[in-house]
Amino acid sequence: MNISKTLLATTVLTVAGGGVAAQDMADSMTLVSWGGAYQNSQVKAYVEPYLEANSDVSVTWDESSPEAVAKLRAMAEANNITWDLVDVTAADAMRLCDEGLAMEVDHDDILAAAPDGTEASDDFGDMIVSDCFIPQIAYSITNAYRTDVEEWNGATPTDICALFDTETFPGQRTLERRPINNMEWALMCDGVPFEEIYEVLETEEGQDRALAKLDTIKDQTIWWSSAAESIQTLADGEAVIGSSYNGRFFSAIAEQDQPLAMLWDAQVYDIDGWVIPAGLPDDRLNRVLDFLYFATDTQRLADQAKYISYGPARQSSAPLVSTHAELGIEMAPHMPTNPENSQNSFVQNYEWWADYRDDIDAKFQSWLAQ
Amino acid sequence: MSTSDVVITETRTMPYGFTCGVVAAAGAFFGLFVGTAQGSGLAGIVVGAALCAGLAFLAMAVAGVAHERTFKWGVLALFAVAGFWIGALPGLVVGTLFGWFIGWFIYWVGRCRYRSKLPPYLTSGQVLWHYSFRVICGAIFVFLITPILVVMPLSFNAQNFFTFTPEMLAFDPAGYSLKHYRDFFNSADWQQALRNSLLIAPVATLLSVGFGTLAAIGLSQPHVPFRRAIMAILISPMIVPLIISAAGMYFFYSRIGLQGTYLGVVLAHAALGIPFVIITVTATLVGFDRSLTRAAANMGADPVTTFFRVQMPLILPGVISGGLFAFITSFDEVVVVLFVGSANQQTLPWQMFTGLREQISPTILAVATMLVAISICLLTTLEVLRRRAEKLRGLSPG
Repeated sequence: MNISKTLLATTVLTVAGGGVAAQDMADSMTLVSWGGAYQNSQVKAYVEPYLEANSDVSVTWDESSPEAVAKLRAMAEANNITWDLVDVTAADAMRLCDEGLAMEVDHDDILAAAPDGTEASDDFGDMIVSDCFIPQIAYSITNAYRTDVEEWNGATPTDICALFDTETFPGQRTLERRPINNMEWALMCDGVPFEEIYEVLETEEGQDRALAKLDTIKDQTIWWSSAAESIQTLADGEAVIGSSYNGRFFSAIAEQDQPLAMLWDAQVYDIDGWVIPAGLPDDRLNRVLDFLYFATDTQRLADQAKYISYGPARQSSAPLVSTHAELGIEMAPHMPTNPENSQNSFVQNYEWWADYRDDIDAKFQSWLAQ
Repeated sequence: MSTSDVVITETRTMPYGFTCGVVAAAGAFFGLFVGTAQGSGLAGIVVGAALCAGLAFLAMAVAGVAHERTFKWGVLALFAVAGFWIGALPGLVVGTLFGWFIGWFIYWVGRCRYRSKLPPYLTSGQVLWHYSFRVICGAIFVFLITPILVVMPLSFNAQNFFTFTPEMLAFDPAGYSLKHYRDFFNSADWQQALRNSLLIAPVATLLSVGFGTLAAIGLSQPHVPFRRAIMAILISPMIVPLIISAAGMYFFYSRIGLQGTYLGVVLAHAALGIPFVIITVTATLVGFDRSLTRAAANMGADPVTTFFRVQMPLILPGVISGGLFAFITSFDEVVVVLFVGSANQQTLPWQMFTGLREQISPTILAVATMLVAISICLLTTLEVLRRRAEKLRGLSPG
């Protein structure tokens, strides 16, 4: 009895002490991200500078963001959280938050204020779509086409419906193997006004209508499940037009000199950011919070835009976005949020898709298998 | 005179119709590819067939055996020039190869040389089957080996995509580079993955070989109770779908604190490798004469000495091949390590797997090429050693 009481007391004291001092920080972190050009921008913009300032810390990368939800579930079930900070899309962050797998945070409390004193929550504004979500960048899922297709006889796609116009723009398409965005684009090109799209999509007939439109290009479409595949098929000339993340396109066009051009019409914005797994031990949590405070401040998010054409999530970062770190080109025209690019664009409808995703996903997959 | 020069069946000139027909068929077959590449498959077939039939007739009726050499060089030059005209340098190579082939083929068919190595009593059907069989075997070989061969030139790509660029196809040196190999050696991630693989695989192999050999020897004793059941359990990792073993290991190892540690990955891979060792060692034990151990015991050797001095040398081939399988299992394994390992234990297959999904970069192909080269070297060494051992033991004549 005595021993356990003493133990208990010591534990309480230690926890309290840790809470007060907050000095007890782990010296390693496992960061989870997407790999590729995007992860590289994170490394250059804030991980390397952070490690320079804290030479005793080491960082391990795990390129597991695509299956972050499943893996975090397994970790929680096995009570063995090996990740410290996880980069996910807004939709995944909402799911993780709902399931209690990600930690809820007070944004004003843990994040730096803007240089002019604006609180973090105001600086990020609408980007904070969930209490667990710490936004980093806004990106878009959009389309690009090859500029050297002879069969097009000089025609260039100007709007999203070029995807479905196989007469003017013959050739293979490449689209994401999921209904989100594809269904919207199909209905837009089937004559549904934008405001009514989700109303139409709620009905069985509306879903069938979108699939019927997609049916017209189904046998000419290569479905991708990772963004790298779509860039590969386009660079290889296997496909002539298709969707991917705008940053991947930027990297292929500006950095790799591929004969591709952007088709910004009807681009869909999405947000990407960090979540902290729920249930981290104190020392690791302290390290993560210390890193987050640094990595999401106004300058760091603006720096990230030097390496990839994704818009920083903070309003205060936008004026600081300058030129590409290596190529020296002006980044603003390549940003999805640039006025010229965003004439016809919309934000992914997270709430609507949260309600309908499972049903439409099942329907879409069985349509694919037909 | 070596065996290949022996002529069993006399050659003769075949009817022109037969020669022209067969050669035309070959011409049509190749013409289809050239024609398709140039825009019209049908035109390719017709031109290829007509051209080759004409050449065959020329060879048989005009050139004959007397001017065979001149004729073959002429055909080779003709196709080389035609190839260069259609497709520059790559066309020249393909054209030369085809010209060499068709020149040889015309005389092979037209002079009935295909029968020269075969006994004279074979029917036409048997001769046809003799060569079809070889063609089928060749096609299967090509089917198996092509995916590996395609990877190799792509790994020297100057671009960051899995694409045969026009420069590469034109054999322009600018289209090739070693940058993906430099990437591999300069990237901390890949080097860490290589180190992890080289750390995990040998240790897992040692464990597998040790436990697997002992288990096989124990289970081969007739007096062990439930030995079939025990054997089945030990071999189960080979039969149970990997993903199920992996998920099971994940939860079990998490509970006991082994998940995300080197020891955990090594143990998991050892468990996967043990069945291979058990099976190969059990197979060699079938031919092992137990009276040898009794004789050794009779001479005063204790069981351990008997094992190392008498039994081990005799079952060594089984142990080594089992160990090789265990090593390759661990070195190639991606599913279990994704579950049991954490980011610190990323092995080469893990790195290749995520790399392929997230950033299709030819660095993966450079790694694959190096792994293929290493495997070929390893297997060649083993085969050479095996032959040498056989020769020393006088088992093989040559």
